[in-house]
Amino acid sequence: MHDHHAPPGFWRRYIFSTDHKVVGIQYGLTALVFLFIGYGLMALMRWQLAYPGQPIPIFGKLLLAVLGPDLADRGIMSPDLYNSFGAMHGTIMVFLAIVPLAVGAFGNYVVPLQIGAPDMAFPRLNMMSYWVYFVGGVIMLVSFFIPGGAAKSGWTSYSPLATIADPVHQIDGQTLWLIGMVFLITSSLLGSINIITTIIQLRARGLGWMRLPFFVWAQLVTAFILLLAFPPLEAAGVLQLCDNLFGSSFFLPTGLVVGGRPLEVSGGGSPLLWQHLFWFLAHPEVYVLILPAMGIVAEVLANNTRKPLFGYKSLVYSAMAIGFISFLVWAHHMYLTGMGTKISTFFQTTTMLISIPSVIILTTLMLTLWGGSIRFNTPMLFALAFLPMFGIGGLTGLPLGFSATDIQLHDTYYVIGHFHYVVAPGTIFALFAGIYYWYPKVTGRLMNDFWGKVHFALSLVFMNLVFMPMFIQGLEGMHRRMYDGGATYAAGPDVAYGLSLGLKLNIGISHAAWLLGLAQVPFIVNFFWSLFRGRKVESDNPWQATTLEWATPTPPPHGNFLEEPVVCRGPYEYGPVGPGRDFVPQHLSESPLEPAPVHVHGREPLTRPQLV
Amino acid sequence: MHAHAASMTIPHTVTPRPDTGLYNARLGIWLFLASEVMLFGALFSSYILLRVGASEWPQRQLSIPLGTLNTLVLILSSISVVMAWLALKHKEFGRFKLWQGATVLLALLFLTVKAFEYHDKFTHYYVQTRDGRSWTGHLEGKPFNLTLARLQAGATPPTEIVFHPDAAGHGRTGGKTDHAEALRLPVSELVKLEAFGPWRNTFYAIYFVLTGLHALHVIGGILVLGYFWGPGSRMWFREPERFTNRIEVAGLYWHFVELVWIFLFPTLYLL
Repeated sequence: MHDHHAPPGFWRRYIFSTDHKVVGIQYGLTALVFLFIGYGLMALMRWQLAYPGQPIPIFGKLLLAVLGPDLADRGIMSPDLYNSFGAMHGTIMVFLAIVPLAVGAFGNYVVPLQIGAPDMAFPRLNMMSYWVYFVGGVIMLVSFFIPGGAAKSGWTSYSPLATIADPVHQIDGQTLWLIGMVFLITSSLLGSINIITTIIQLRARGLGWMRLPFFVWAQLVTAFILLLAFPPLEAAGVLQLCDNLFGSSFFLPTGLVVGGRPLEVSGGGSPLLWQHLFWFLAHPEVYVLILPAMGIVAEVLANNTRKPLFGYKSLVYSAMAIGFISFLVWAHHMYLTGMGTKISTFFQTTTMLISIPSVIILTTLMLTLWGGSIRFNTPMLFALAFLPMFGIGGLTGLPLGFSATDIQLHDTYYVIGHFHYVVAPGTIFALFAGIYYWYPKVTGRLMNDFWGKVHFALSLVFMNLVFMPMFIQGLEGMHRRMYDGGATYAAGPDVAYGLSLGLKLNIGISHAAWLLGLAQVPFIVNFFWSLFRGRKVESDNPWQATTLEWATPTPPPHGNFLEEPVVCRGPYEYGPVGPGRDFVPQHLSESPLEPAPVHVHGREPLTRPQLV
Repeated sequence: MHAHAASMTIPHTVTPRPDTGLYNARLGIWLFLASEVMLFGALFSSYILLRVGASEWPQRQLSIPLGTLNTLVLILSSISVVMAWLALKHKEFGRFKLWQGATVLLALLFLTVKAFEYHDKFTHYYVQTRDGRSWTGHLEGKPFNLTLARLQAGATPPTEIVFHPDAAGHGRTGGKTDHAEALRLPVSELVKLEAFGPWRNTFYAIYFVLTGLHALHVIGGILVLGYFWGPGSRMWFREPERFTNRIEVAGLYWHFVELVWIFLFPTLYLL
């Protein structure tokens, strides 16, 4: 007799689950929490920038109570606290929020479904990668509360500053930052091995390379970047850890004087070495942030224009080209370090080269809109907004990529504006599009469209009010790391240099930033309310999409597909194919002109047992 | 496996996928090794950059006989690890146990030799006195990793140290026979006393990081190979094919660990 297994208990099913969908949801929820924390740090910093030296209302008392008068005397943000928050805002947003959301959540949940696989290739490794990420995140959070506070040398942790920033404490915030990073890097490595192996090995029958949804391609290239670019940062982290704990001098030059006294180290190290190793990861990391976003936008655009992606193959080859060239552009962050003009010229050239595939992707996505019968639902609005927002981010990068114009703009608010346009209204909008788009597959219910549109409209307005003025500030010469937003600088002897406009803009930007936070309230409420009260989906394929994830029951059970899917066509066969029908799913073998077979998997979407 | 996997099997865990010719774990380990190449590649690049930028670079600081011995030990283990896999291919479980055990023992021997080398460095000292003179050599009683602060921290701090300078100036360490005459140095005269740890100079810093990280990989290898030699080998009786694959994958990893050493040995010992 067939032995019936008992259903797994709560812990196995929701906490230590090996199911890629549960792991994906865990990644997603954790990353959203970190997105909120990262935003919170910035919102507090924006007070200090707008009203330097004044106690922070409400939260100032909280900071004083939790962190003590050393860091938040009378509720005023101290310079050390400002530096900590700045460093941790970047770290948390990049390594704990955006990448885990884009790769950990969407990659984990969607990729196996879109390729018709029952799970990831290594399910236990998958579970492990989430928990390693989780521990890394906890270490980062704990570092706020140790004596001396969290790391305060920027998210770039440049040496020797990172080694000498806290001479008082042996185990300082930087030490925990490095240990936390080792965990996060390990998690990324496990995840990327899993994603690559899954895509190469577990594609459904008939799913050839040029039939993969572009989202899967984007995840594949992203995983390769993570796999190959992160280890050098791990190496750098180990070396800096040795400098901080064991007295080595990898990044400490000979003759380093700290506080008027020569530092008691052997010297002979190279601060530039850290920058090379760091940017060897951190520039490809930019493409880790943007490629999955482009993948999501491509899916949503094709689905809501009801026509195939324009230039699918150009998209694929461009993504590959980006992945490759992204390893050759890192030192464009270092034009002003004195590494030499010849090296600058090389990296200037590669930087211009990589803009070509990026522009091809953006152009093909825009051309996809041409002649489409566009449905303006919430995911589509976010995906549409991604195009110009990422466009602004990309184009403003060009003056930074030229070594001559970079001299004026380097380390100013212009840089902040540039990369936030790429990541915030760029990537984050794409991630919102993804959340609204796949929410019905995960939960069986749709998010409210009206409140989604409110969320979108307010976010779009405030995002631009936050980041557009930063270009002006940067062009005025406002340095990105000034604790008081440039107030002392503007009042100094060089007052003729003038930051008058920049300083006024600080106040407006801060208010826009806080309102941007408020604009997320409709999203948060909608997200939880729709779990229980959202409109139930009537079929497994509420968006009438073509790709395989919509061929599963809703929500997909463990093992995903009721029968092994066989793919018969490309990923985006949209267009009029019959009466009242404008798409053909990838797994359908029938002639497109026949009436669509009715799929009834989702008749009882929420009461369906998870197990088959 | 967990309880509810019965309804779900992941393809190609054992049998290769026809169009790629790979089973999952084999692709996985190659990807992992690619990332390892980038990890050690970054450290080797750091070595080159530090050395090119250094005004002087210490050479021949390490014991070549011990390094050669360890190289031989690892080469032997690379043979035994293949023999273990071949034994499984020929369905000879007993021979597998023998060769796999030999690999683990050789790996342990490597670590033992390495531990002696490390110990030598932490009992070898650099001292400097107020008048600017300096020596390298050994302290009486061969204390481990002493510093000036630790010397003075004891309940009854010594007033002088007995120091055996190396015969040939700043020569390589480990030579125990050719010491010059012992010196008695008052502690109050010392400005610096430090063992040859990573703080000594960037050569020792990169030496300890590279060999330390490599040693961690050896330890990882011992754990994995040892597990498949011991409790993990039970899988042979249930799923022989899958077990053979596991041994192959572990062997690929072990070859990588050796390969790193093949680069480390000339870089650190000979050049």
